[in-house]
Amino acid sequence: MNMIVLVKQVPNTASVELDPKTGNLIREGLAGIMNPDDLHALEAAVEIREKFGGKVTAISMGPPQAIDVISEAMGMGADEGILLTDKAFAGADTWATSFTLGKAIEKIGGYDLIFCGRQAIDGDTAQIGPQVADYLGIPQVTYVFQIESVETESLIVKRRLEDGFERILCRIPALLTVIGDLNRPRYPRIERLIRACRDKAPIQVWNAADIGVKADQVGLEGSLTHVIKTFAPKFKREGKRLEGKTEDVVRELIRNLKESEGATACKAFESTCRL
Amino acid sequence: MTVWVEKNLCDGCRRCISACPYGAIELKNGKAEVLERCTACGACLQVCKNEALLTDAAPKSIPDFTDRKGVWVFAEQRDGKLNPVSLELLGKAQELAKKLDEEVCAVLLGDAISELAQPLIRYGARKVYLAQHAGLREYRTVAYTDVIEELVKTHKPDIFLLGASHIGRDLAPRVSRRVGVGLTADCTELDIDPKEKILLQTRPAFGGNVMATIANRYSRPQMATVRPGVMEANPVSGNTGEIIEQKVILSEERIGTTVLNVTRESSKGADIAQAKVVVAGGRGVGDADGFRILNRLAEIMGGAVAGTRVAVEEGWISPENQVGQTGRSVRPEIYIACGISGAIQHRAGMIHSRYVIAINKDPRAPIFQVADWGIVGDLHEVVPELIRQLQMESVAPE
Repeated sequence: MNMIVLVKQVPNTASVELDPKTGNLIREGLAGIMNPDDLHALEAAVEIREKFGGKVTAISMGPPQAIDVISEAMGMGADEGILLTDKAFAGADTWATSFTLGKAIEKIGGYDLIFCGRQAIDGDTAQIGPQVADYLGIPQVTYVFQIESVETESLIVKRRLEDGFERILCRIPALLTVIGDLNRPRYPRIERLIRACRDKAPIQVWNAADIGVKADQVGLEGSLTHVIKTFAPKFKREGKRLEGKTEDVVRELIRNLKESEGATACKAFESTCRL
Repeated sequence: MTVWVEKNLCDGCRRCISACPYGAIELKNGKAEVLERCTACGACLQVCKNEALLTDAAPKSIPDFTDRKGVWVFAEQRDGKLNPVSLELLGKAQELAKKLDEEVCAVLLGDAISELAQPLIRYGARKVYLAQHAGLREYRTVAYTDVIEELVKTHKPDIFLLGASHIGRDLAPRVSRRVGVGLTADCTELDIDPKEKILLQTRPAFGGNVMATIANRYSRPQMATVRPGVMEANPVSGNTGEIIEQKVILSEERIGTTVLNVTRESSKGADIAQAKVVVAGGRGVGDADGFRILNRLAEIMGGAVAGTRVAVEEGWISPENQVGQTGRSVRPEIYIACGISGAIQHRAGMIHSRYVIAINKDPRAPIFQVADWGIVGDLHEVVPELIRQLQMESVAPE
C-alpha cells in the first residue's frame, strides 16, 4: 500500500486574538501546529503500512517553516516528506490549492490511498480533500471514523453522518478524509524526529517549476474566490443585568420573558401567556 | 506581483491597514508600509483615498456571464425526507433572486422521490430539476457529481447553494472542481452586491475569530455552502412551479463506491436545531449530574438541551448537541446559557437566537455581552428556582 497524507501547518486558533484597533488577526507569536485532524490521517496511514507494508509520504503546501510539520509527520512514522513552497503559491483559495496538490500527487504517482484530515482549523472549509479527489478522478469518502478492512482492490470504511453512519465499500485508489474518532495519534519518536531534521533526511522541497505549474495557475492569481473584506464579528446585544436575591431576579426574568414575543415559544407559559 | 506604497502620497490614514485581510500593512513613521507577508491580493488598493498604493499585477479580466441565470438550491434528501437546511436555503434564495430578478430553482436527486418536488415549490422554488435513478437512492459522491455537472452545464445557473451538512460538504467541493468554479464554505450571511450584482459570501474564519466576505467574480455558478440553522425558511403561499425531469445515465465503474448499509442513530433528546427553546450548559455545570437540572428546565419549557465543546469533551452531552463553531448553529426563540463563559467560538453558534438569557457566576463573562437578560449567580441555585417558578406558572393560570 502506497499512501500519501496531506498535512497542513495551521496557527493554533485556540489562542488567536484580534488587534482591538485594526480588527486584524494578531499573527505574531502564533504557534504553528500540525492541523489536529491531520494527525489522525497520518496515524491511519502509518497503521495500514505497519499491517500491509508499503510507504507513507507526507506532503504539505505552505511557507518554508511548514517543513516543521513534515518533520513531525516523519517523527510519527512517515517514510518520506515533500514540502511545496513557492512565493507563487501564497494566498491560494481551495481551487488553486487543490490544483497545486493534485499536480504534486500526479508527480509522486503510484499511490493506493490518499489521507486528509476532515478540515483545517484555520479555514474550516473541508474542501481540499474532495477537490483533490476530483482533480485526480478517484472516489472519495469523507468523515471516515472507522476503517473496517483493507484489500488490494478495495476497502470498507464507515462514514459519519449527522444522524448515524454509512458503511461504504470503496474502490482503490481512493481519497479518505478522516475525523478524530478514527484513532489515537501516536507521539512522534525522538530518534525519528532527529533523523527527520538531518540534512540527509528524505524530505524534498518542490517549487512551482518542479511540479510544472505556471504562476498564474496557483496562489492568489490562480484563485477563483477572493476575500474582499474582513471584520471582527459583531455579537453585542442590549443586555439587561438582573441583580438581587435569586428568587427576585428569577421572578423579574420570567416577567420580562412573558412580556416579550418569545413567550409563546415556552411551554410553561401556555396557560398564562397573554400573547 | 507586488504591492507598494508611494510614500509621498500616503497620509497615514490607516484605511489600508484595516482593509488588509492578511495583516500585511503597518504604519511606520506615519506612513503605510507593506510587509513581507503581503499576498498582493489588492484589497488595500480600493480603500486608499490618495491612490498611494500601487501594484504591478494586471487586473484579471472578468468573463461575460450575462447568460448565467437562476439561483439554485440543492434539495438534500435522505430516505425520502428533505433536510430542513434545503428549505432554509430556498428562503434565502428567494431574497437573492429578487435582487437579481432571477428564478429560484431546486435540484432534487434520488430514487422515487418526485413527491418532494411539491414542498420545494411551496417553499419558493419556481423550477425543480428532478433526477431519479435507482443508483441515486443513497447519496454517493461521484454519482451525484456527475448528474449535477450535467445539469449545470445544460442550464447555466448564476448561483448554486448547498447546505453545509455532511452530504453538502462532501458534494459541493467535488462539483465545484468538476465544473471549474470557486466555492465558499459554511457561509453565515449571503447578499448581492448592488453595483456588481455578484454574491457576497460571508463566513467565519480562523475559528470564528474573524468574519470574511468573499466574492466569486471569475467563475459561474457562484457556489457556497451554508450552515444549517442560519437562514430562515419562507413558505410562499400559492407558489407554482415547473418540474423538469433529467435523464440519468450512471456508470458504476466511474462511481467507485457502494453504500453497504446505513444506520440511523436516533438522538436521545429533542433536536437542538428545531427546538424553540434551547437550554445550554458549559463548564460551569460541573458534571453530568448538573445536566439533569438543565434537562428538567428544558422539559418544562418544551425545549432541548445543548452544550459547549467542553461539555462534549467531558462527556456530559453527545456531540450532536454541541453548539458553536465546531458544533452546530441554532436559532431558537429562547436560548438559555447556563455556566457558559461565551467564548467567541460558542457565540458563533447561538448568536442568531431571538432571546438570550445568560446565567453565570462571573460578572465579566463575555456571554453577558450577547444576552438580553443576564443573571450573575450560581446556576445551581438559579436554575432550580427558575424551574420552581415556571412550574407555578404552568399549573396556576391567571
